[in-house]
Amino acid sequence: MTSLWDAVVGQDEVVATLAAAAARPESMTHAWLITGPPGSGRSVAARAFAAALQAPDDPEGTSHEARTAFNGTHSDVTVHVTERLIITIDEARTLVQTAYRTPGQGRWRVIIIEDADRIAERTSNVLLKAIEEPPPRTVWLLCAPSPMDMLPTIRSRCRQINLRVPEPQAVADLLVRRDGVEPALALECARAAQSHIGVAGRLARNPGARAYRQRVLAIPSRIRGVGDAVLAAGELVEEATEQSKVATAERDAEERVELMRNLGVTEGEKLPPSLRSQLRQLEDDQKRRARRALLDTIDRALVDLLSYYRDVLVVQVGSDVSLINTAVEERIREMAADSTPEQSLRRMQAIGRTRARFDEYGTVAPLLAIESLFIALRPQG
Amino acid sequence: MPPSRRKPAGLNPLDLDAIPLAPVVLVKGSEGYFVDAVTDHLLALAKQRDPEVEVTRIDAAAYQPHQLDVITSPSLFEERRHVVVDGVDAASDAFITDGLAYLEQLDSEVGEVSMVLRHTKGVRGKKLLDAIAAAGLPVVQCDPLKRDTEKVDFVSARFRAAGRRASADAVRGLVEALGSDLRELAAGVQQLIDDTTGAITPDVVQRYHGGRVEATGFRVADTAIAGDGAAAVTLLRHALSTGSDPVPLVAALAMKLRTLAKVAATRGRGGASAADLGLAPWQIDRARRELSGWTPEGLAAAITAVADADAEVKGESREPQFAVERAVLRVAGARAGR
Repeated sequence: MTSLWDAVVGQDEVVATLAAAAARPESMTHAWLITGPPGSGRSVAARAFAAALQAPDDPEGTSHEARTAFNGTHSDVTVHVTERLIITIDEARTLVQTAYRTPGQGRWRVIIIEDADRIAERTSNVLLKAIEEPPPRTVWLLCAPSPMDMLPTIRSRCRQINLRVPEPQAVADLLVRRDGVEPALALECARAAQSHIGVAGRLARNPGARAYRQRVLAIPSRIRGVGDAVLAAGELVEEATEQSKVATAERDAEERVELMRNLGVTEGEKLPPSLRSQLRQLEDDQKRRARRALLDTIDRALVDLLSYYRDVLVVQVGSDVSLINTAVEERIREMAADSTPEQSLRRMQAIGRTRARFDEYGTVAPLLAIESLFIALRPQG
Repeated sequence: MPPSRRKPAGLNPLDLDAIPLAPVVLVKGSEGYFVDAVTDHLLALAKQRDPEVEVTRIDAAAYQPHQLDVITSPSLFEERRHVVVDGVDAASDAFITDGLAYLEQLDSEVGEVSMVLRHTKGVRGKKLLDAIAAAGLPVVQCDPLKRDTEKVDFVSARFRAAGRRASADAVRGLVEALGSDLRELAAGVQQLIDDTTGAITPDVVQRYHGGRVEATGFRVADTAIAGDGAAAVTLLRHALSTGSDPVPLVAALAMKLRTLAKVAATRGRGGASAADLGLAPWQIDRARRELSGWTPEGLAAAITAVADADAEVKGESREPQFAVERAVLRVAGARAGR
């Protein structure tokens, strides 16, 4: 039997808690903090919960109410997705205003904030009051990688739900069921994505993404010296730029046309100077989004590299944990024989440091950071 | 259309005497000093022709339709008029329309009206600019002097024109001190011409502009990569105190080191060409020369130091200036410590 909770993979306890809350008013709370590692399905869990809240009599999730709530198009469900590095204070204020409206057709007014960790401290304070004591029929669902990402004041006002990393097999089953992927490929992708459901799906559906991952994994054995490191860094960043451009360019153009239409400027006509600031603002937003897309792409490559060295280390210490990158096992064993566990650890540490830098100082020069990282990855005594 | 008197496209602003007064002269380019010099020169010519000339200045950005007709319409007493049009790069549409119409009915000889159009940036009004060039009217191309050799030539020519002798070292010293702004450089030259007598020696330049060095990020980077830490830090302090930001300084260092590493990577194999690396041939030649004294280990240390500095100037450290300084010293040290 299908159920609206099917998309929430390998999280039986969480599903039980949420389903119970949706079904019985006495186990309901007005604010939830759904945490879990990236790709464990935080936002999917939040959406499924929203669907269960709006359509309690429909466990299969096939009704109009449930489907629109799940997709975020239900008029009483607000899904806030940010494409920028932070959630701005203005966005937060709009959410607070929405929170004080009575649900129009559903039973609850549900506000889902994906990436709630992107709320800056000052912005969190705007939300405090609304989260602590919302109107009776309002529910806040905040999603973040870890409870520690939220201010204690926000954390203490929410009921916490913790997702765990699903088993690769569970993710593979989802891919087979939902996307009709070959079981073997699905399992390989689920492993490669380290159970990150979104990434696994992308890898399974998109041969280009798989090829890119292969190229990234080929980097470690390519770096023999400083020159190779710099060249490889150049290629990686260039390719990441290309990819993120493809991902954003089309939407950029569409938004531009849309804005022009809203401003009443016909195609090819010159934009009056008084309206230029609006176009500039759109372009600034797009630039920020492109930057985040680039950093996300690079970060994914870094995670792949990290998994590679993790495998090397696994082989070196002779652990019986299964490898993530089964496809390149041969090269991993070669590298494990050629280097020491200390080296592998140092390399992993270097990758972690670079990721942290990208995360914390969003403006570091990507090319330079990757160059110095690859230099740190080169074979050295 | 007037019968076209073909002139070579793009007169050189350095050669003022070759620029004639014409019904319309287009002065175009981003070097403001040259644009002003040519404008002044043409005004002087107009006054020479008729001391009573009536000078009108209009701003093309605020131009109202048919203003040009009012200014240039024939007068009863054939008074001569000189029109200076500023801001053609931001001209109103009306100006472009009227300007094109004006060109249509223009005589090739300088009649009552002489006009100067100043266009200092961008490509706004391209149709008008092209029409001026097509009509064979003088176009003066005022591009900035980019290389130091060009600036040296400029300064030497200035001294020569004033009948003064200047040693090569003195000229170079002057360019180093004031070279980043042509206007300042020209004023400095004029000051030396006016205030001193005899040959201009490095001592004279030192007396007037001593200790002042205009350092750009790339000069700092070049010096650091040459392994001269002390000189690089001196330049860096100059650069920071004349308003350079640490961030582009780090970027300049990173770019230089990247070029070095890329060229070093291909040197061993001789496979990849300049095009593969995305570098210009002169960059490669230069990098080859600079590479002497660098080991792979040195490059690795240098790039790592610069990457650390990049994160530091962007928030990891509270003292960005110190971060750059340390990076510069580390880069210089990485070459020396082979």
